[in-house]
Amino acid sequence: MNGPGLSFPVEFDPTLPRRHSSGNIFARFFLVSTWAGIAALALLMLTILNDSIGYVIITTEVDPASLAVNGVPYEEQTNQQLTDILANHLSARRLRVLEKETPFADLNQAELVLLVEQEVLDPEAAATFSMVQSLFDRSMVNAELAEHPGATMQMRFWLQPGLLSNSGSSNALLAGIRTALYGSLWIIAITILVAFPIGVGAAIFLEEYTVDNAFYRLLRANITNLAGVPSIIYGMLGLAIFVRGMQPITSGALFNAVSGDPAAATGRTILSAGFTLALLILPLIIINAQEAIRAVNPLLRQASLGLGATQWETIWHHVLPQAMPGILTGTILAISRAIGETAPLVVVGAATYITFDPTGPFSKFTTLPIAIYQWVSRPQPEFRSLAAASILVLMALLLSLNAFAIALRNRLQKKQ
Amino acid sequence: MSTITNNASGGNLSPEALSLKHRPRPVEALIYGFLFFCGIVSIFTTLGIVYELGKESLLFFSTPGVTIWGFLTGTRWQPQAGNFGILPLLTSTLLTSGMAMLVAAPLGLAAAIYLSEYATPSLRKALKPTLEVLAGVPTVVYGYFALTFMTPLLRAIFGKDTVEIYNTASAGLVMGILILPLVSSMAEDALSAVPNALREAAYGLGATKLEVAVQVVLPAAVSGLAAAFLVAISRAIGETMIVAIAAGAGPRFTFNPFQAAETMSGHIVRISGGDLSYNSIDYNSLFAIGLFLFIVTAAINLVSQQVVRHLKRNTQ
Amino acid sequence: MLSSNIMPYAQSNIFSKTGEQEEAAGASGFAIEARNLSIHYSAFRAVKNVDMAIPERKITAIIGPSGCGKSTVLRSFNRMNDLVPGAHAEGDVIFMGQNIYAPQVDPVEVRRRIGMVFQKPNPFPRSIYENVAWGARLNGFKVGLGRPSMDEWVENCLRKAALWDEVKDKLNQSGLSLSGGQQQRLCIARAIAIQPQIILMDEPASALDPIATLKVEELMQELARDYTIIVVTHNMQQAARVSDQTAFFTVDADRAGMLVEFGDTRQIFTNPKDSRTEGYISGKYG
Ligand SMILES: Nc1ncnc2c1ncn2[C@@H]1O[C@H](COP(=O)(O)OP(=O)(O)O)[C@@H](O)[C@H]1O
Ligand SMILES: [Mg+2]
Repeated sequence: MNGPGLSFPVEFDPTLPRRHSSGNIFARFFLVSTWAGIAALALLMLTILNDSIGYVIITTEVDPASLAVNGVPYEEQTNQQLTDILANHLSARRLRVLEKETPFADLNQAELVLLVEQEVLDPEAAATFSMVQSLFDRSMVNAELAEHPGATMQMRFWLQPGLLSNSGSSNALLAGIRTALYGSLWIIAITILVAFPIGVGAAIFLEEYTVDNAFYRLLRANITNLAGVPSIIYGMLGLAIFVRGMQPITSGALFNAVSGDPAAATGRTILSAGFTLALLILPLIIINAQEAIRAVNPLLRQASLGLGATQWETIWHHVLPQAMPGILTGTILAISRAIGETAPLVVVGAATYITFDPTGPFSKFTTLPIAIYQWVSRPQPEFRSLAAASILVLMALLLSLNAFAIALRNRLQKKQ
Repeated sequence: MSTITNNASGGNLSPEALSLKHRPRPVEALIYGFLFFCGIVSIFTTLGIVYELGKESLLFFSTPGVTIWGFLTGTRWQPQAGNFGILPLLTSTLLTSGMAMLVAAPLGLAAAIYLSEYATPSLRKALKPTLEVLAGVPTVVYGYFALTFMTPLLRAIFGKDTVEIYNTASAGLVMGILILPLVSSMAEDALSAVPNALREAAYGLGATKLEVAVQVVLPAAVSGLAAAFLVAISRAIGETMIVAIAAGAGPRFTFNPFQAAETMSGHIVRISGGDLSYNSIDYNSLFAIGLFLFIVTAAINLVSQQVVRHLKRNTQ
Repeated sequence: MLSSNIMPYAQSNIFSKTGEQEEAAGASGFAIEARNLSIHYSAFRAVKNVDMAIPERKITAIIGPSGCGKSTVLRSFNRMNDLVPGAHAEGDVIFMGQNIYAPQVDPVEVRRRIGMVFQKPNPFPRSIYENVAWGARLNGFKVGLGRPSMDEWVENCLRKAALWDEVKDKLNQSGLSLSGGQQQRLCIARAIAIQPQIILMDEPASALDPIATLKVEELMQELARDYTIIVVTHNMQQAARVSDQTAFFTVDADRAGMLVEFGDTRQIFTNPKDSRTEGYISGKYG
């Protein structure tokens, strides 16, 4: 207590100006870093937009104007006239092949127009320009146009109706994502059917039926760890178990559901892909559902049990309805993760090139992200534009899913 | 009238009629069975991963000419020539994840400090979910971004002779953007968990905002921050599509981030995307890489969980 | 808020005095003085129209029922309330002849002169030594010929806080390893290590056991020889025991805290002028 008093000649330097100025520098750095992420997001969107609209210089095998009859362009001609065009311009062999695929008589007018475009006109993107190039470098665009006599130039927004209605094609101008979209929807439907009940069931089991013992802790730690396993590992698991191990089931051979040659049946089907993604998002669904269930007021359980309800009656009538908004929101977020997944599906065996829409769980598949992956991997700029437009579709899908999740949560919460 | 009599008879139940014994409840038992099954699906998933990766890896290592030592130390991955050294795949994985952390660690930490210590509550509420949108963008979109934006940018800056069209730098930098929100979000949680009393103590001694943030709050949150970095690293190591699209196809033993080099995950995705026959050494070798990847990421995740648990015990 | 965070501060150095600080206080003999001070949390007025002049090198106690704004007033004396979003003060607080709420004043400079000890002991999760040295080093503690080294200074402050004998063998251990009472004395040592003129204490003993409380009270009286101490307490015996002056606050009908009576401690406790003071003291003290 009786230490030396203030006899020390203590002095402090005035340090504040220096400290404040370094404080200001760092404050700016922190602020800029925060906005860097948001700037990256903006840059990403701009890059996508920049690629998805711009001039395209198109050359065709046949001048489209020459196909007009009495001033009626081929797009508006009758089925008969279109069939005639095909007959006039294609080799007999090619006609036979096409006729064998689908008889011309079975095609409607729009399909015939598409066939004429594919087979007769065979348009080719001689040059594709980004939005910035189209707007600010017109001279380059014009110079390029001059190099292709007879070519037409159009301002093209690649996200056009044809993108959604056409299936895959090696011609960027005619390619679309219809098949891929159907594939994504089929797979997601299976993923939901499998992952939602099992995920919610697991969450109920963990929260309502287990006590805090070693087994429970093992289960929980395991789920946390699974959530951190790289998605490509799930792809390998799916390849080994669903595609290979369960081939009779996943290929449909067991149910005689194989289309075409049964010998060619492989497990690289929508079913395998859906199962794989279900395993992938299961931990996410479980963790979210657990949180939602844990947030339910324990007094509610006691009230219900006190009235003589069994445990399951309590859960079904009281706990689950209360927890549902949280469970659904978490599930939708997990689903949007699954929709964007690419790597595991490549490993499971997404088809690189299919033009037939999937017809059931045993069909071969491709998905929207896989279509994007394949187009991004092509060096030609027209495929990059195609990829950009498809990315717009994918992002719109994900955004609306998230908006839906939020709206749903708000609505269910209001009801209670 | 009738209700009254009903009530009376219910209230005066004779002792013989009352049974408190267990009644069989088959529905409840069935439901319990289903829930139990759901609960242990995750265990089977883990076992399945370990079993399948392990089984195929065993087949791989029992192939004549393949040794674990050669696998771990070989600098060439040429399945056609029987060379199975993982180092080229590993170095490029380290290059891309290192690049990613170079971006995400400082920016993510700085953003976390800003959100936790500088931003007003309303601004934080708006900024945090916006940043998290970045984490929700599918990775294939980032791959596109790397190839169409980052690579041309790098080539414009460093020259087309220096920077190859496919290179690990571009993939790594864009991966940094992907994991940035992961770092900032987890780090922000760790910083916000530091009790306000510590901040007040420091302000009371005449500390500036920066001194409070960097010298008091950061050290107090250090284990949470370490966990955030570890999770981000593990995520970067396992990330696939960005590297598959932008880093290059073909293993190459190089430390030059401007050259093309295939990572572990990129190799798995490229080879399995082609026509792959089961029981071939190519097929088995993929699972050996997968096992390696799984062990590395699981180990990092386990360490980070340990760190978090340590943190929880300390703050309680 | 956002822009003010990164605005360069006016390079004010108005409280920095070289040489002997103790003599630098205003000629008034008051360490700090509130003039018509009102404090708001967003729209809520927590404290209204406080006028009080606190004498130098004395212990001033602030008492009153819970929620009457004692902490709010105390924290307004070193602009600690600036850290609460939405909090703002009206009126003046005069310290060394200057209003600390004047626009050109840097709150960091204010806090460096007016230290604070909190209700719950809050040592930094660092070593005992570092807990004391950190603030001093931050504020440009000078070493050199004829001046104490940092080690000597840490020892001096720990001695003044009556903690030296208990910790001298474990200076490198974490401050969190100490008992509650020791932690609080460490916080006091930390506060005096930067040589403030005033030490604000917000219920510094309320989280401590009676023996630790006694030690802190003794320490306060010791420190009052060199420092002005303002202490908030809900323990009226404590106020009566340690303080020279007492201010009694209460909540007015409009839920705002207000100063009822301020004077010599003996007078407040034996012969209060206001019936509300008397009611409070007799209700709790009697
Ligand atoms: N950070 C804050 N935000 C909003 N209101 C506050 C805050 N701190 C205190 N108050 C309010 O101000 C009033 C005075 O609080 P306080 O100064 O802590 O009282 P005391 O210390 O006398 O118990 C109370 O009504 C309290 O609810
Ligand atoms: Mg108080």
